Formats: sequence, C-alpha cells, structure tokens
Amino acid sequence: MPKDIEAQGGIGASTKRREDIRFLTGNGRYTDDINLRGQAYVHFLRSDMAHGRINGLDTAAADAMPGVIRIFTAKDFEGVGGLPCGWQVTDRHGQPMQEPKHPVLAEGKVRHVGDPIAAVVAETPDAARDAAEAIVFDIDELPAVIDMKAALAEGATKVHDDLSSNLCYDWGFVEENREAVNEAFTKAAHVTRLDLVNNRLVANPMEPRVAVGDYDAWNDQSTLYTTSQNPHVIRLLMGAFVLGIPEHKLRVVAPDVGGGFGSKIFHYAEEAFCTFAARQLKRPVKWTSSRAEAFLSDAHGRDHVTTIELALDADHKFAAIRTETRANMGAYLSTFAPSVPTWLHGVLMAGNYTTPLIYVNVKAVFTNTIPVDAYRGAGRPEATFQLERVIDKAARELGVDPVELRRKNFIKPEQFPYQTPVAVVYDTGNYHATMDKLLEISDHAGFAARAETSKANGKLRGFGIAHYIEACGIAPSNLVGQLGARAGLYESATVRVNATGSISVYTGSHSHGQGHETTFAQVVAEMIGIDAGQVEIHHGDTSNTPMGMGTYGSRSLAVGGSAIVKATNKIIDKAKKIAAHLLEASEADIELKDGKFAVAGTDKSVDWAGVTLAAYVPHNYPLESLEPGLEETAFYDPSNFTYPSGGYGCEVEVDPETGKVEILAFSAADDFGNIVNPMIVDGQVQGGLAQGIGQALLENCTYDENGQLLSASYMDYAMPRADDLPSFRVDHSCVTPCTHNPLGVKGCGEAGAIGSPPAVVNAVIDALQRGGYTHVTHIDMPLTPARVWAAMQK
Amino acid sequence: MTRLSMKVNGRTVSAEAEGRTLLSAFLRQGLGLTGTHVGCDTGQCGACVVHVDGKPVKSCNVLAMDTADAEVTTIEGMANADGSLSVLQQAFQDHHGLQCGFCTPGMVMSAAALLEENPTPSEAEIRHYLEGNICRCTGYHNIVKAVMAASGQDVSQLGVAAE
Repeated sequence: MPKDIEAQGGIGASTKRREDIRFLTGNGRYTDDINLRGQAYVHFLRSDMAHGRINGLDTAAADAMPGVIRIFTAKDFEGVGGLPCGWQVTDRHGQPMQEPKHPVLAEGKVRHVGDPIAAVVAETPDAARDAAEAIVFDIDELPAVIDMKAALAEGATKVHDDLSSNLCYDWGFVEENREAVNEAFTKAAHVTRLDLVNNRLVANPMEPRVAVGDYDAWNDQSTLYTTSQNPHVIRLLMGAFVLGIPEHKLRVVAPDVGGGFGSKIFHYAEEAFCTFAARQLKRPVKWTSSRAEAFLSDAHGRDHVTTIELALDADHKFAAIRTETRANMGAYLSTFAPSVPTWLHGVLMAGNYTTPLIYVNVKAVFTNTIPVDAYRGAGRPEATFQLERVIDKAARELGVDPVELRRKNFIKPEQFPYQTPVAVVYDTGNYHATMDKLLEISDHAGFAARAETSKANGKLRGFGIAHYIEACGIAPSNLVGQLGARAGLYESATVRVNATGSISVYTGSHSHGQGHETTFAQVVAEMIGIDAGQVEIHHGDTSNTPMGMGTYGSRSLAVGGSAIVKATNKIIDKAKKIAAHLLEASEADIELKDGKFAVAGTDKSVDWAGVTLAAYVPHNYPLESLEPGLEETAFYDPSNFTYPSGGYGCEVEVDPETGKVEILAFSAADDFGNIVNPMIVDGQVQGGLAQGIGQALLENCTYDENGQLLSASYMDYAMPRADDLPSFRVDHSCVTPCTHNPLGVKGCGEAGAIGSPPAVVNAVIDALQRGGYTHVTHIDMPLTPARVWAAMQK
Repeated sequence: MTRLSMKVNGRTVSAEAEGRTLLSAFLRQGLGLTGTHVGCDTGQCGACVVHVDGKPVKSCNVLAMDTADAEVTTIEGMANADGSLSVLQQAFQDHHGLQCGFCTPGMVMSAAALLEENPTPSEAEIRHYLEGNICRCTGYHNIVKAVMAASGQDVSQLGVAAE
C-alpha cells in the first residue's frame, strides 16, 4: 500500500476505527446501558415444554408479589397483530406458502420450548423474575414434532391446528428444468450422490438482545430502543403490522449493537411487548435477555437436511445437479425465514461452475422448535457446503485432483457476464485467479512434505479446498418483489454539509461491528478531497436517518455505500454551481480536486469551506436559480446482486487415537472487488472463518426427542474460543470490480462463514483417506472427536 | 438492601445492594459503570472480567458483598491518567482487535492480567489464557496480534509461517 493512501485516509487506507475509542474505554452505549426514569422491568414466563395446549393461567399469587406492576397474557393482546413474515414463497404448484399466525404471547397453544406465555412487569428485574415463578399454568402436553421427516409423515401431529399439515411449502427451482435435469442424470457417465446435514446453529452475538419501550403520552410518541440490525424495518413491521402505530408516532433506535450475524434482523415479540406495555403503563419497560433466554428466543440458523447428486459426463464436465432439501422453519415463520432455503440458496447452486442444468427442491417444515432464520451467509453456506462437498467426493470417486476438477468446470474469466441456469447473472469474477492465489498462500506445493512429517509423528494430515460464490447486496427491489419479498431492498443516505465544511452523513445502513463510522467517512472524504475527520457518520435512529433497510447480506457498502456516493455526487454537483458563481466561471469548467474547486486551465480556485459557507451565508449567491443550503438525500436501488467469490484452503491434523481434529493453517483468497479499508476487510474474513470453522468442528444446536433444547448455555453449545483456532492467512489481492455499483465493491461480511465449512470437512476426509480410512467419505458437522473416531471404526 | 462500599478505579464508592446482587450488576446498575458487560449466565464468556485486588475475576460470578472494601478496576479505569489509550488499548485499536466492542472490556481486562503475569507471551500462551473470553466477531486473530504487539513483539509473521 503506497504511503500517501494511508496518510490521506481515503479509499484504500487501513484507517484505524474511530469507534474503537469509546469501546476500548467502556464508553460504548449499548441498549442495556440505557436506563430511563421510572423504568419498569419485564420478565417473560416461557414454555418449558415443546408443544402443549394452554388450559389456564392463574396469575393471582404472582400479582400479589412485591413490586409487581402488571402481568400480561395473550388476552391483553386481543386486537393486536401477530409478528409478520416479510417474505412469501410460492410453491412448485403456484400456491402461496402456509403462513401461521405468530402471536406476541402464546395463544391457546405453546409451540416450542421458550415460547412466551406471560409477561410480568415489575419494579425490578428480580421482582419480575420472582413473580413469574409464582404464575400457575395448566398446560396439557402434546406430542412434539421435532424431526423434519416425522413432521412430514402422514398423520403427524400438527404444529398449527389450522394449517393442513406441517409443510410450509414445497419449492422447486427451476421447476421448468425438472424433467430435463432428470433426463441428464439418466445419460450421465458418472453420478456422485451425497446425503448431508447442515447443522443447526445459534448466531450468538456476544450482546444478548435488549428492548426498552418508552411512551410520551403528552405527545403520543412511542420510542423503542432495541438491539437491531435494521431499526427502520422494525419500525415498519411493528408499527404497521403488530401495534398499529404510524411511523411519525414511532421512533426506533438501535444504538451500539454488540454483534448480530443475522439474528438481530428480525422483529421479535419482546420488542413489540415492551413498546406495547410502555403505552399501556405509561412508563418505560425494559427487557434484557439472559444468555439462556437468548438460546430459547433468538432465531436459530441453518438446519437443512439434503441429498445432492452431481452428474458428470465422460470428460468430467458437470452435466447436472439435483438436490432435495428439508429445511426447518421451527414453530413459527421468523421475519425472513422462507427466503433462506429458497432465494438465498437455490440461486447459488451453480457455484463457480458451468453446470447447465440444475434442479433444487426444498420442503420447508414446521416443527416444535425455535424459529429458524438467516444466520451469517443465510442459504449461501448451505448451497456452498453441498456443492463443494459433492465435488470433492466426485473427484475422489473418479480418481482426479479436486483442484483440477474444479478448474475444468470453472466459468472462465472471458465468459462474464455469465447467465447461470438458476436465474442470476454473475457480473464479474476470476475463479482461476483466486484458486491460484489460494494455492500460493497456503503453500499447497509443500503439503506432501508436511504430510510426511505428520505421519512420522503418528498423525494424519489432510488438505481441503473449497471455492465459493455468494450473492450479496440483495437487490433489486422489483426483482425481490417478484420473488415474494414484502419489502424493498434499496438503501438511502442524507449528506448534510455544514456551513464551515464539515459533513454529517445519515445512513439507513447500521453498524454492529462492521465499522461504518470509519469506512463510510473514508468514502465521502475521498470523493470531496477533505480529511476523513471532517465527516461524521450517523446511523441507527429512525428519527434522524432517512428510510433504511439496514445491514445484513454483506450489503452495507455495496448498497448503503452506493446511496452515500449518490448523495455526495448530488452535493458535488450543487457545490460546483456555487463555485462557478463565486469564480465567475462556467459550471462546465469547474473541477473538484483535493478539496478545491478550480476553473480548468487557470489558477482561479475556491476551497471547499468557501463554497459551503456561501451556501449557508448566501450573500454572494445565485439565489434566483439555486436554493441556499447544501444537503442531499439519495436512494440507491441496486440493479443486480454482487458476487464475491474465493478459494479457501484448510490444513488439518487428525489424531487417529482420539479423532480430534486440529486446524494447522487456514488460508482465504477472496475477490471482493474494490476495497475501501483493507484492515476491516481482513477482520470481517477472519471473524467469518471462525464462525465457519465453529460450524464445522464445534457448534451444534441439539434437541432431544421431546423438544427440549439440550444446548442452551455456553457449557453445552461449543463456541469457538481462541485456543480452537489458528491464525489465518487472508488475501484479497484478486480484484474484479463489481460492474454495477459506483464503488465497484462486492461485500465481504459473510464470505468467511460461507467458504470455510466445506474446506474443513474436505480436509478431514482427505486426512482420513490418506491415512487409509478409505471407507470414510463423509462425516456430518460438527466433526467432533467422537464423530470422527466413530467414522474411522466402521 | 445494604450499603456497600469499595474502591473502584481508585475512588471510594458506595451504593445499595441486596445479598444476591452480583458484582457485575453492582457495577452496572449500582455505580453506572456500564463498560463491564454481561454476555452469559454461566461464567463462560468473560465479557464481565474486572480486576479485584489485582486479580482478574468474572464479575458475574462474584457476589458484590464479597468484594466489600476491595480494590476493583474496570475498563473505565484502564486508560492513561490523561485519558489517552493505554499501550494495550492502543494496540487493540492499531491491530483491529475489536469489532462490535461488546466482549472488548473483558478481553482487555484479561489480556492486561496476562501481561502482568507474563510480559512476553507466545501466540499459544495468549490463546490458552484467553480461552475464558469469547469473541464472536474477530476470530481472535487480531486480538492475539494486539496482545503480542502490546508486549513489544513482532506480529508481522502471525499466521504466515507454516507449521
């Protein structure tokens, strides 16, 4: 990196994060740090059974407990809407999915462990908790439906009595290709088949969810402080569909948010409850989730069971792919749940390859488990895992190098833009380049020698590769509307230039660790040619930021950043008009460079602050043709997804005595298009890798057959810790800029979690195969020592 | 409710507490020191680590009453006297050792205790010592880097050298 880029702090500089100062000194302002005068506390009484009919609730004893203000049950929510689902999937037969009601507090039935039955509001958190224990409830336990196959069986107990079955939808994509795909399989020279599980996970941001509802009765104004990735979406969903509060009477604030990874996208019952109760009680109501409660109430992720088949011709070209997946929805439809196994999964099944025929079938299933929705990657990790595992298996069956099999089938650089058979058009990419880079940084050539050393030490060494594609920056709104989204997916920004030249940017995007305050300022500073310190980024408050769709799907810079660029360009256009007036020159001759407006070919210029001051003190100003002031808002609606891609390599050692897997090295060679802050991009990849490796080796959300969640604490759910992971080799020097957004950026937030699980599993299978355990062709994640050891024994 | 006094970040403070009040709650709600975070209920995540009489403890696992008259240091007491970041805090910023910032106070407190015990820890020693602090954002790479850098060690080869 040239020195001057770092010094200027613009695009391409690894600028240190300004937000770190408050976080490192204990001065962050997270939702639980907000305490309002007269605040009451709510504790939710949650179901301890997975499925049951509520006969009665006796709250008399609890009501009489000290400090209790009021106890709410479903009766209090008559006339209040259910939690809405934001995506309607249409099934193979053209019918809409089955969509059950999701009440704020359980009505008539409890449908999963953790389903809220009653809410106790009291003067202190302890008083609320004590009183909740005194509520007597009469619930008849019903058989729980936990296994998806059992849930779909004829005569299975129904999670929702008013639905025809536990099948949410049966989706086929591309349905018109179904027969052609089947025919391709009959003609294939070789077919590789793999049954696999994409294990259920819990996102586990370190900050548990918190909601504080407030109500200003004098102005009939409700405010919700919440741990959200998208406060405007919460305002819309909760205001319009649940509580019936119009936007101008409802403010939603998501201040510093301690991680999200998808789980804080969704509109949750506790948010609606606190807002509702604050209005009823005319005092603030606060809920702080415990970690145990987070496991029982945050939407879970993944939980797909899939059979994938890959048909190859005699030349080892991929001829067709066919998959059948059961996707767990849990007991209710969380906000974007239906989109994950469909439009975020099926459209990625072409991967980096030229497979001409693809058919994806997904059955989404209701079970008596916590709702499942998007978790970092959302659908794309599931697609990548299937593809990259089945390709590795095929290479082994055919006796060819897995790297060469991939290369043979890669879309070539000259084939872009590339129309896949699963609807999407990839704009750019160079998969050969990222594969080459991966082999270089992972020292693939030196692997054989390292494997010998391991062998001498009694260990089995393996190397696994995965090459992923993802679709980010979700978009365009008219397309997602056709696909069933009940929202637009643009982003907006307001750029407010102040009189003395400093800039306040308001974005609808939201940072919960991504560093928007730093990177977005770099972009604006670079465009105008001023110091990034003159630019402040504001987000997370519906009262001062324009409409926003928030942060998820690696969309912040690609969509939110593009809106900021668009608004800043409007600012520059207007500033040039002002400069032209001040310099008595033609607007066409004005050039902006390094924070100065100059008349081309002359030494006449006016600096940025001179123009901004003229805009607000318009004494010498073209008032007849130009409004004073310098503030612009822009909405940006992307014309396509972005398509980051990359090659990931994992090197492991397996202890044949215990089955324990140790990751010795992990390398990632990504193509994210242009990069604004390389330091932050590295951090995003490293964090994603840890989550992907966690899925592959450690994490598993487990229910027993009665629907009890067995993994509801950090003593039972294995979070990756510092000692479980290696240091990473991360590279993003392969760049094919996105062709359809102004910054040429693709997004980097989810890649690590998408590409790494298959690389890890491929590495372990490689180690076992090399060690002579040739019967082991697949092990389901997480690859715990017990699972690996058991697989070796068969 | 009992009035409880202790020395926090060099100042003698007091507030009301119940017998069951945890030190983490006393700091956050009693004293308004919200830099100490609570990320779990089982003493696993380490977001709540503070120093009590110089030793790192998980403040969610200690009753406030048991720390009466103790000397407690929280993240709010870690900057230099002039308010600038300490060497360790500065290393976290320089090496991007934090993202959402929620685990950061506990991470810094644990890392400070490590460096007190072992002024030049190896990568493996850092990873082992920080096992009681969970971070979901960074993948630990840059946390390890920050701690090594704070101890004056070269971090340029972290992750590069093949084993």
